[in-house]
Amino acid sequence: MADPAPDTPTSGISPRVVVDGPELARSLARMAHQILEANRGADDLVLLGIPTRGVFLARRLAALIADIEGRPVRIGELDITMYRDDLRANPTRRVGRTAIPGRIDDAVVVLVDDVLFSGRTITAAIDALRDLGRPRAVRLAVLVDRGHRELPIAADHVGRTIQTAADERVQVRLSELDGDDAVTIGRTGGKR
Amino acid sequence: MRHLLSASDLDLASATSILDVAEEMQQVQSRPVKKLPALRGRTVVNIFFEDSTRTRTSFEIAGKWLSADTINVSAKGSSVSKGESLRDTMLTLDAMGVDAFVIRHPSSGAAHQVAGWVQAKVINAGDGQHEHPTQALLDAYSMRHHFRSIGSDGFAGKKIAIVGDLLHSRVVRSNVLLQRTLGGGVVLVAPPTLLPTGVETWGCPVTSDFDAALAEADIVMMLRVQRERMAGAFFPSEREYAEGYGLTEARLAAMKPGAAICHPGPMNRGVEISSAAADAANSLVLDQVAGGVAVRMSVLYHLLGSDEGAKQ
Amino acid sequence: MTTSSGSLLITGARLADGTSTDLYISDGVLADPASAPAGVERIDADGVLALPGLVDLHTHLRQPGREDAETVASGTAAAARGGYTCVHAMANTDPVTDTAEAAEYVQALGERDGHCQVRVVGAVTRGLGGAELAELGLMAASSAGVRVFSDDGRCVDDSLVMRRALTYVKSFDGVVAQHSQDPRLAGPGACCHESEYSGRLGLPGWPSQAESVIVARDVQLAELTGSRLHVCHVSTAESVDVVRWAKARGIRVTAEVTPHHLLLDTPLVSDYDTTFKVNPPLRTAEHLEAVREGLADGTIDSVGTDHAPHARQDKDHPFDVALPGMLGLEQALAVVVDVMVNTGRMDWPTLVERMSAAPARIGRVVGQGRPLVVGEPANLVLVDPSARGVVDGAASASRARNNPYHGRDLPDPVVATIWKGGVTYRR
Repeated sequence: MADPAPDTPTSGISPRVVVDGPELARSLARMAHQILEANRGADDLVLLGIPTRGVFLARRLAALIADIEGRPVRIGELDITMYRDDLRANPTRRVGRTAIPGRIDDAVVVLVDDVLFSGRTITAAIDALRDLGRPRAVRLAVLVDRGHRELPIAADHVGRTIQTAADERVQVRLSELDGDDAVTIGRTGGKR
Repeated sequence: MRHLLSASDLDLASATSILDVAEEMQQVQSRPVKKLPALRGRTVVNIFFEDSTRTRTSFEIAGKWLSADTINVSAKGSSVSKGESLRDTMLTLDAMGVDAFVIRHPSSGAAHQVAGWVQAKVINAGDGQHEHPTQALLDAYSMRHHFRSIGSDGFAGKKIAIVGDLLHSRVVRSNVLLQRTLGGGVVLVAPPTLLPTGVETWGCPVTSDFDAALAEADIVMMLRVQRERMAGAFFPSEREYAEGYGLTEARLAAMKPGAAICHPGPMNRGVEISSAAADAANSLVLDQVAGGVAVRMSVLYHLLGSDEGAKQ
Repeated sequence: MTTSSGSLLITGARLADGTSTDLYISDGVLADPASAPAGVERIDADGVLALPGLVDLHTHLRQPGREDAETVASGTAAAARGGYTCVHAMANTDPVTDTAEAAEYVQALGERDGHCQVRVVGAVTRGLGGAELAELGLMAASSAGVRVFSDDGRCVDDSLVMRRALTYVKSFDGVVAQHSQDPRLAGPGACCHESEYSGRLGLPGWPSQAESVIVARDVQLAELTGSRLHVCHVSTAESVDVVRWAKARGIRVTAEVTPHHLLLDTPLVSDYDTTFKVNPPLRTAEHLEAVREGLADGTIDSVGTDHAPHARQDKDHPFDVALPGMLGLEQALAVVVDVMVNTGRMDWPTLVERMSAAPARIGRVVGQGRPLVVGEPANLVLVDPSARGVVDGAASASRARNNPYHGRDLPDPVVATIWKGGVTYRR
């Protein structure tokens, strides 16, 4: 889950683009194919986006998969606010939407997020999922894997793997929210 | 938020946030596992100095669905009869490491006093004839659902008639204060004997003409009238009360199209509300109960979800 | 019980009328300063007012029964700090002072432990029950010499019982001091002046008319019987009007106002702080104005503290359950100076009349409330009219801490109090 806070303008260093729009689109297309390949089709497939940007990425992946398969794929949103292990350490967080398309028991759930970093968001998502049902399998698709894992989590489908320093900030920009598509890195002391 | 003692503790942003989060909380009711981990390890004590199965259960479920450890203490008539002061009772429980008290008390102001004594957060679950802020929140939650269902949003321009025993009602005070924040237009309807002193300073129209108020109301909120009020010479008979201030079948038929009925419960069918009105399609009574759990989950989450502003 | 005795020369004191004088105290009475021996103990009273010792008609000393809240010793020590040389101990103790024996017991406590004179108030009705007369005559004839009778805390609401009590006490020049509260208009739960505040706070209201309807009834009963009526703690504009009307008719009625009803108003209860719960309740500004005016023009004859100490556990209840009452002895003079004298509404001679002379007359107390002239008992208070300070409720001689003035900036006038020639308090 990307940090929704904007870049700190006082840093004096503007973030550098590491993935541009066309590259981002190609990555997503490749991920869509990989997901279908791994699942041997779109049967029983449910894409669950993790707010905020994971939701939009899930929608794009679903559209790509639907194009390939010629039929729609089930998508939904999974808010993990209540499951965060740092819930108390922060000011009261707004709770996002959770919308599950029907039952997920025995489905193959693909969690979709923008950046995989510590792995804590995904752990929380798995916890949240467990309260919603019992999928046959849970897979993880992320646009960017930037390393620095703190928990034993690995992605099944990765758009781009990017080497980063721990204090660098990786931001995924999506046209739906940010006006354009890109992945940027800034050294702002932020957590990405 | 440190405590929720009065509906006036909420500004527009916090009230809206509570209502919005309640929407998400309500989804939990339809899940296979009705549980969120947000308040794991928190201890919430529901201390009720007067009986209220409905409110206590609602808070208990809300706490449990958020994974808090919820303990019910029935303290009815305990402290004074045993010679223990309210302060000592609360300090004793507070010393056990409670994170929040949900307190119901027959005396006005009890929750305010307790908040001044204890370290834990305090939620007022009804204090005497003073306030019941979570009831006003769940009323607003049900009203908002209703407004959205008829294709309208927001409270601005809506007329909410609150009818009945305003003098002894904590629900009316909290609703007036909350709607002042949310923007709904409250109209107060009661026999003159059941109007609080100074009600004219509350900033809403007051009338004893229910039919006139009914004709304009988008929401008709009926308050329970207690039979023992007759002994206090507040009104002559149930029949006369129902005639003037009951939501009779005739008044049900006279309601504006799209208008809905609220009642904080428990209802006195045949007195302030006819059975036809209580069970009418536009009655939000059961929605209020269902929404009550979600709203209380949201309130607990807002008070206890973060350590910020917690124990000093 | 005094901290010193013998002779004392107070030099350069100003009297209420503005004149300056030396006061020589010898053997408990005021003597000719010229006769003071050379080495006598002196108090330099330059810039200080010397006033007759204050007399309170309305004090709850809680002994016997609630010695955890106050005792005769602690209550009268508070009285001395407040400039009082005489207090009237109300009858609502446990047991109630409704017999000659009970009255003599309190009288003896006062003689043994008192830091000022303790006059005993007898109950009007047995056990404050409002039904049968207490032993009024025996109390009057006892060594306590009771002259003031009151069920204070409760109203003698039965009109016939009130009529009989008034008639009965006439034979020994007694006075019935009434706690005026219609028990139906202001029931036991009533705890807040009926107003927009009670409405908003959801507190049961105590309308001002619940007081004045009883005052109106009682002054007419006083007229009917020709007896003396004293109206305790007048708190409303309507009551002031009724008393004014009654006095104009020549009815033998006197009235008192408490310091808190002169200064403190209803909004103070907005935080449900039970320190401010008192009966009758704190009223709104228009009533405060009316009682101030009544006190200034003499409609209200006296200031009575209604000093009502309570143990903490009796205040740490919900507002409607907590016991009503607040301390008053230590700050009474400060409040009257602040509200009445410093505002120019009352001069010092009038203050002396309201806080010393009138209450002594109403209570038929011999040797109190007397002018400071040679030959009179040496009961006096030295006052610095310009001293001020923030009240510290913890620094009190009272055992109780329900001080409504805690944290308030008020005059701090009492320099020393002298009772029967002995210094009972000195700053």
